Amino acid sequence: MKKIFSRPESLTAKRNIYCSGCGHGIVHRLIAEVIDELGIREKTIGVAPVGCAVFAYDYWNFDVTEAAHGRPPAVATGIKRVLPDRVVFTYQGDGDLAAIGTAETVHAANRGENITIIFVNNGVYGMTGGQMAPTTLIAQKTTTTPLGRDPKIAGYPIKISEALGQLEGSVYIERVTVNSPKNTIKAKRAIKKAFQNQIQNKGFSLVEVLSMCPIAWGVNPVEALKWIEQKMIPVFPLGVIKDKDLTAKGNL
Amino acid sequence: MGKIIINIEQCKGCKLCVIFCPKQLIKLSEKLNPAGYHPAEFIDNGQCNSCGLCYQMCPDVAIEVWKGEKR
Amino acid sequence: MENRILMQGNHAVGEGGLQGGCQAYFGYPITPQNELTQYMAKRMVEERKVFIQAESELAAINMVFGASLVGARAMTTSSSPGISLKQEGISYMVGCELPGVIVNIQRGGPGLGNIAGAQGDYFQATRGGGHGDYYLIVLAPDSVQEMYDLTREAFDLADKYRNPVIVLADGILGQMLEPVKIVKKNPMSNFSAKKDWILDGCKGRKPRMVRSLLMGEGVLEEHNLKLGKKYERMRKSEVRVETDNLEDAEVALVGYGISARICKEAMEIARQKGIKVGLVRPITLWPFPEKVIAENVDRLKAFLVIEMSLGQMVEDVRLATNGKCPVYFYGRTGGGIPEVDVIVERIEKILK
Ligand SMILES: Cc1ncc(C[n+]2csc(CCOP(=O)(O)OP(=O)(O)O)c2C)c(N)n1
Ligand code: SF4
Ligand code: SF4
Ligand code: SF4
Ligand SMILES: [Mg+2]
Repeated sequence: MKKIFSRPESLTAKRNIYCSGCGHGIVHRLIAEVIDELGIREKTIGVAPVGCAVFAYDYWNFDVTEAAHGRPPAVATGIKRVLPDRVVFTYQGDGDLAAIGTAETVHAANRGENITIIFVNNGVYGMTGGQMAPTTLIAQKTTTTPLGRDPKIAGYPIKISEALGQLEGSVYIERVTVNSPKNTIKAKRAIKKAFQNQIQNKGFSLVEVLSMCPIAWGVNPVEALKWIEQKMIPVFPLGVIKDKDLTAKGNL
Repeated sequence: MGKIIINIEQCKGCKLCVIFCPKQLIKLSEKLNPAGYHPAEFIDNGQCNSCGLCYQMCPDVAIEVWKGEKR
Repeated sequence: MENRILMQGNHAVGEGGLQGGCQAYFGYPITPQNELTQYMAKRMVEERKVFIQAESELAAINMVFGASLVGARAMTTSSSPGISLKQEGISYMVGCELPGVIVNIQRGGPGLGNIAGAQGDYFQATRGGGHGDYYLIVLAPDSVQEMYDLTREAFDLADKYRNPVIVLADGILGQMLEPVKIVKKNPMSNFSAKKDWILDGCKGRKPRMVRSLLMGEGVLEEHNLKLGKKYERMRKSEVRVETDNLEDAEVALVGYGISARICKEAMEIARQKGIKVGLVRPITLWPFPEKVIAENVDRLKAFLVIEMSLGQMVEDVRLATNGKCPVYFYGRTGGGIPEVDVIVERIEKILK
């Protein structure tokens, strides 16, 4: 017998502390597999966020730094400008990337920093107890929108990936999800491309992953998969948002 | 012919592997693991085709998939 | 004059940083330090080093964080409102034990205040400044030459202790033109070779992490105690102070930075009048030169502290005298400059 699927080398053996059915664990693995496949484990530097994934440095088996809440793109910029031949990526939640860190995100993209961003959109602030995130859906109940998000008071779910696509500096932006094996395999392909772009010096690449947070959504892990299908995807449609490779060929 | 090995300690009983196995070869155990979850259990009846769908969905990377060598 | 060139204070900070081995500079425009960021925009590129005009001071300090954790000597400069924004990053750098140099060309506050030189950020600089339980070395130049020298040396101190260092100057010094003796390459600046904690990819070694989140029971306390020992070492080894005329003085003026220059002038005039006045000029504001003050409490009739604030350093002078000698204060705030005549009058009044 031959082992054909198992823990990638870029993941440590440590048990993660995420809730049962949490999407973070899947996304961590996809990144680890991509890094293994590209043979870049020894030259990768990851930037972990403040959010549920704050302990990511315990789970990834390569160099990882912490960054203050929302600041990973600025930290990654400092790293990459000093060591341009290393592979630098950030891993950020929706609160981290699209609320407190919006300026850092927009300007890293606008400068065309040659980094990779993996953006985990679960529509809530998981870590602090399921409060409203900038990506929370209209009418979605959270601990700070107990009656559901009312756009008159709390605005609209932010489509930051589409906004970033408008910037000249961004090269590749795709939205994926991990709510089924098929989608997970597609998500990995997108993540791989986002890393390859960096290796080929193409510039700023971001993959937004719609990810399950069964705890804050008040559903079980299996229902969370459907929640993504039925509630999130209609607002956050999957697919390539920008790909300069394709626009260059006139395909998008 | 294939098989999977589930790391009982890391499994959190989310059932994502259970619902995606095309051959219904995974169920949750009656027993509890040290973390208090009913871990997944492989029903080894020779039907596993090593498709890896269970692996793809496991948030805890608690599943290893093995494939039989061709003789 | 050998090797001396006329330089503006802001430029001297930039050149001092470069000669201190600065490999990456991140800034954001703010008066009265714009000439500094502009200088670095030109010089860093000439030297083929990293320069970024960041989108904010928050971003700039976090870029310093990133550059530092991969081993580069990194610097950011700003003025008071911008330094407030940098406090988040400074606190994280201390927690993660990352070196770096932060220069504050102080202006009037609170709020947007004004763009005149001021000394209102003493508390912020010497008490950590951001959240948490920490200290930083704070260097206070009083001339363009010192702007150059102290910025250069700040990089060594930062690397030596793996802790950020602040250079605390002000808008007047920033704009001042004086001759500067350019010293090339610091004899001390060899710390970068020994950085065995940086993240640069885990080739041939175990992966490393940089973090300040320490959640286990007692783990943060242990970490902070370790940092505490570092602060103790700084207290023992890094105090710098200039004194003058203390031997026969009845009153000692205490001032730092631009205020110290005013004190020196006042001391001259008072001495011409036959009044025995001495000077204590802290060059490190933290660690504070409390010993030289404590040693003189019996000999002196009083200390007179001069600041461009409502009175901040005066508290450290009082702590150092421990009630054993009267401490008087004269300051101007909001960009006002203490007047030499007033200082001399105050001294006369104290001695009456
Ligand atoms: C400056 C600052 N403000 C607030 C917090 C508290 N905080 C920690 S994580 C978080 C939100 C995380 O949400 P998200 O980025 O969506 O990540 P998730 O936990 O959902 O994966 C907040 C507000 C903090 N750590 N720092
Ligand atoms: S709160 Fe949500 S995002 Fe955080 S670990 Fe739990 S499921 Fe995952
Ligand atoms: S590898 Fe495929 S067939 Fe085998 S247990 Fe997993 S999902 Fe079922
Ligand atoms: S997917 Fe993983 S964690 Fe969930 S039940 Fe199956 S083995 Fe356990
Ligand atoms: Mg979130």
